[in-house]
Amino acid sequence: MISVENVSKSFTLHNQGAAVIPVMAGASLQVEAGECVALVGASGAGKSTLMRMIYGNYLTASGRIMVGDLDVVSAVPRQIIQLRRTTLGYVSQFLRVVPRVSTLDVVAEPLLATGSDRDTAIASAKVLLSRLNIPERLWQLSPTTFSGGEQQRVNIARGFAYPYPALLLDEPTASLDPTNRATVLTMIEEAKARGVAIIGIFHDHAARDAICDRQFDVTQFTPGLAA
Amino acid sequence: MTPLLQVEDVAKFYGHRIGCTDVSFDLYPGEVMGIVGESGSGKSTLLNCLAGHLTPDRGAVRFDTRADGMRDTITMSEPERRMLSRTDWAFVHQHARDGLRMNVSAGGNVGERLMAVNARHYGDIRDKAIDWLGRVEITSDRIDDRPTQFSGGMQQRLQIARNLVTGPRLVFMDEPTGGLDVSVQARLLDLLRGLVREMNLSAIIVTHDLAVVRLLADRLMVMKDGHVIETGLTDQVLDDPQHAYTQLLVSSVLQV
Repeated sequence: MISVENVSKSFTLHNQGAAVIPVMAGASLQVEAGECVALVGASGAGKSTLMRMIYGNYLTASGRIMVGDLDVVSAVPRQIIQLRRTTLGYVSQFLRVVPRVSTLDVVAEPLLATGSDRDTAIASAKVLLSRLNIPERLWQLSPTTFSGGEQQRVNIARGFAYPYPALLLDEPTASLDPTNRATVLTMIEEAKARGVAIIGIFHDHAARDAICDRQFDVTQFTPGLAA
Repeated sequence: MTPLLQVEDVAKFYGHRIGCTDVSFDLYPGEVMGIVGESGSGKSTLLNCLAGHLTPDRGAVRFDTRADGMRDTITMSEPERRMLSRTDWAFVHQHARDGLRMNVSAGGNVGERLMAVNARHYGDIRDKAIDWLGRVEITSDRIDDRPTQFSGGMQQRLQIARNLVTGPRLVFMDEPTGGLDVSVQARLLDLLRGLVREMNLSAIIVTHDLAVVRLLADRLMVMKDGHVIETGLTDQVLDDPQHAYTQLLVSSVLQV
């Protein structure tokens, strides 16, 4: 489902003496449907960078990244937008939403964007928010004022609202209490069972060992870091 | 899928000075493109060339018309272009008073655009005006008030209702949230996002506010000194800018 082939990436900082910082070289990774792969490596090794390259958020200098039958590296913006709408979901660490939009609408948006009618989308959003223990009295409020753990659960609800065949998870359990953490792990297990290909970053090692089928160490592809 | 708008090598000069030059891009149905750059970068000149307010010195601006398919809007006759700007196109000005008739009631402002496309039945026009005022959150008891009696945010929402009532397919926006305070901005952004999605609108938004484009635009074009220096997916250009100027622009945004 996801195939990363010999990709490389560097950052050129034009305003800091045009410093060129190579961050990745020759990385390859295959993830099949129903498989969950954890990206591992020290902080700064390039886990998030690789994830952002797969999502099309960072440009890739060379190589191919196939998600389904689209090469993200050479795709034009509207192809990536379509890919993100229907194929590739992303749960980031941080919630970024339009201010003053209700939590229900934030969670329902991926469904509305793919043509669900409003009642169906809102109904699905309610099921997800209940499951993730967001109190009903908060549903009409904007999540921008929520606690860190609540925001993260809203982000997860939003990321799981549409049944994407591929998912990227950046620290999905980082600031959750044990009950909610267990719920999120169950949701990830269910997604795997549905055949979703998942790539995740987990600093929560117990969670990682529980749900990931294998680990992929990005350090070996970090220029200047590899042994 | 055919593009809704095809821009090819557009250039506009003011004497020997460059307004904008070498601009080419395709815009597809449902796509929202942001144009950012500092004052004097040529972004408003470009928008006005695309919308038919200025005649470019070079290039083609082709629009997929309902009747005849792709037509160059620069070489078409003035009446044809005016018809487009009343039907399939809309233009939201930064200052609502440039896009509204200030001495005509709110309902009249919305109705006038309908009459320009030959709506004649008074009851229908009024019903449609009330419906659209509702969609932009102006209550029906304000329909007979003039825009001069509205707040800045309300005027801007009225301008949007006036523009969208004829069901355009392409909306040009020049700093649509400029000059509004942030809480009003947020509500307007949410309104615009909803309308873009529901009506499958394509839009070109000129702004200097990177937060606005991040929330509204799918794609981004960065301009400097009349040239397009970087284009791409909005979040990619903002999170992984390639050009020195874009890097400077992104790193200059104050963190709240």
